[in-house]
Amino acid sequence: MERSLRKYWPIFLLPTVIAFIIGFVVPFAEGLYLSFCQFTTVNNAKFIGIKNFIRAISDAQFGASFWFTLRFAICSVLSINIIAFIVALWLTKKFAGNNFLRAVFFMPNLIGGIVLGYIWQILINCVLSIVGKPLLALNSTAGFVGLIILMCWQQIGYMMIIYIAGLNSVPDSLIEASKIDGATNLQTLFKVKIPMVMPTITICMFLTLTNSFKLFDQNLALTGGDPNHQTEMLALNIYNTFYARAGAQWKGMGQAKAVIFFIIVILMSFAQLKLSRDSEIQQ
Amino acid sequence: MKKLLSIFAILTLITSTLFACSSNNTASSTPATEAATEAAVDAVTEEGTEVANEPIAEAPKASGQVYYLNFKPEADEAWQSLAKSYTEETGVPVTVVTAASGNYETTLMSEMSKSSAPTLFQVNGPVGLANWVDVCYDLKDSAIYKELTSDSYALKNGNSVLGIAYVIESYGIIVNKTLLAKAGYSIDDIKSFADLQSIAEDITARSSELGFSAFTSAGLDGSSDWRFKTHLANLPIYFEYQNDGIEQSPAIKGTYLSNYKNIWDLYINNSTADPKLLSSKTGDDSRNEFLAKKAVFYQNGSWEYNSLHDGGFSDDELAMIPIYIGVGNEANQGLCTGTENYWCVNKDSKPEDIAATLDFMNWCVTSERGTLAMANAMGFVIPFKSAVASPNLFVRQDTEYTREGKTPVAWCFTTMPSEEWKNGVGQALTAYAADQTDDNWQGVVTAFVDGWKTEYDLAH
Repeated sequence: MERSLRKYWPIFLLPTVIAFIIGFVVPFAEGLYLSFCQFTTVNNAKFIGIKNFIRAISDAQFGASFWFTLRFAICSVLSINIIAFIVALWLTKKFAGNNFLRAVFFMPNLIGGIVLGYIWQILINCVLSIVGKPLLALNSTAGFVGLIILMCWQQIGYMMIIYIAGLNSVPDSLIEASKIDGATNLQTLFKVKIPMVMPTITICMFLTLTNSFKLFDQNLALTGGDPNHQTEMLALNIYNTFYARAGAQWKGMGQAKAVIFFIIVILMSFAQLKLSRDSEIQQ
Repeated sequence: MKKLLSIFAILTLITSTLFACSSNNTASSTPATEAATEAAVDAVTEEGTEVANEPIAEAPKASGQVYYLNFKPEADEAWQSLAKSYTEETGVPVTVVTAASGNYETTLMSEMSKSSAPTLFQVNGPVGLANWVDVCYDLKDSAIYKELTSDSYALKNGNSVLGIAYVIESYGIIVNKTLLAKAGYSIDDIKSFADLQSIAEDITARSSELGFSAFTSAGLDGSSDWRFKTHLANLPIYFEYQNDGIEQSPAIKGTYLSNYKNIWDLYINNSTADPKLLSSKTGDDSRNEFLAKKAVFYQNGSWEYNSLHDGGFSDDELAMIPIYIGVGNEANQGLCTGTENYWCVNKDSKPEDIAATLDFMNWCVTSERGTLAMANAMGFVIPFKSAVASPNLFVRQDTEYTREGKTPVAWCFTTMPSEEWKNGVGQALTAYAADQTDDNWQGVVTAFVDGWKTEYDLAH
């Protein structure tokens, strides 16, 4: 059996490879090629070299979106992970109703981003109008905070589930040993539990970081980039460059931005993976 | 042996999936060819009867199909049924897809990249045409071009005719005459901006006693802000062009922006809503306020007639008056009348599809069914020789005003440099509405004047 598997694996792989090529490799290659072209529809592209990239990088709005995205990513990664971890710690204690609470916390994750965005827009606008502050369309600070609240609300439940799984896999013997050695609860947490769930933390950090960087639906629905593109994140900026602008020069530029965006996300995630991997310990 | 068998089984599976794909392809192409042959047969058989019954309408002979990407959500239903009756009559399949409000360009762009791209689409004027000029079929020799009542309704690029205007629309301030009478006025009292201002402010002063406001909310949500950042902004641009004797400009001067400010102040400070909350008010909010008789004035266009009529208004209760901003000869000012709806034909479509599309367009504006549907179901005034008078009150009023010798205000907003410019102005108007300081108005002026130049330079 094993010998024949070794011999015929390409046949078993074929369907997936074909799907991967059609669904990913070809569009990606075409997208890469288009970033060097001027075009209105993808069928009439004309090669123009790296002009698109020069225009994309010199676009001040793109830079501003990058910084906004970076600030957002840092805040949301920290807040989501810290809160999710605390909730996970609480829900791994044994008490009545803890399964119900897990479900409750997980629920927001099942609602789509666009819907959530509009619901929170109404909620936040209500609050802002009650306290007499400018509404979301004019208030970039509220937009930023609103985005973080929205993302926390949506993502904490999901990350919490992963953390609960991680915390449950910490061997009881280790915790017992630390108790016998006279460690306080805090000491057990920082010296035993956290080092043991480091792989889980890596995964959650990776997920939240890439999610925050690639955020689109929530951004579009909640603020739409208002006011004056001040809350426009990278993905929305690319979308607006490509679609909201009339004229051939913008399409290629949007495409070039998308390629730059891809490289940034890849670099970020690798750096982050490497950093957290280094702090993982082997059991 | 077992191994061989299993490999064989796997291979069959894979090949069968491949075949399944290809057979799908042929399956999807068969109905089209069938429809085409059917159409040809129908055309041949029906030709005789057609001519006998209806000598004016030409029987289309094309064997292609039509795919129309419609811009007007409010006319979607009417287009669908018109397309259906055309298919019944000629056998030519017509697909009408309507893009969601505000998403036309986006939808068009993605549809155009498909192998079955729209054969008929529309652009909003010279600025919109710039984006699609490479794919527009030259309509110089088409039958529909010869049907136009005036050459000015053709969108030209050099010697070629790339777009044909298919509807002429008007906008102004829609008035609820009953409420206006309750407040002690009639539309004859409004002949200038000063009149409008004094009446609106008087209504505001007595609004708790009267139970209604002067204006519906000037919502600045995306579904409504075009009424102000595009349509209202047209007036200062129009008067500036008139003043300078030009038709477009690489740099707007903003000569009449103080008048723009006056009418904007009037709108936001005499309305049903707190100006601070305008950024979240939608187009539906505004229409519903008007339908609920909470306000006298409602700035919108002739395309609103059907929804107001369906909402329970009779023609006697409604009127549309010009938007006075206190510039020029106000006694002689008419409604803002023009078009931003030009039909374009996709030249990259198959030749038989282009032929079918041209026939369909011509049928819509010449045949009895087509012209009736456009006039009644859609409420359009169409600039073609066989046009039928529309029951649309606002459209009739526009004709009336013109007959009285008033000059319609042209739609200069088709020369606005880009959507981005409109968004900039909209944003500044929102900021100003929430906090009416001189600094914030300066923001509007900057977005209007400097933004125009920036965006114009980016586009050229």
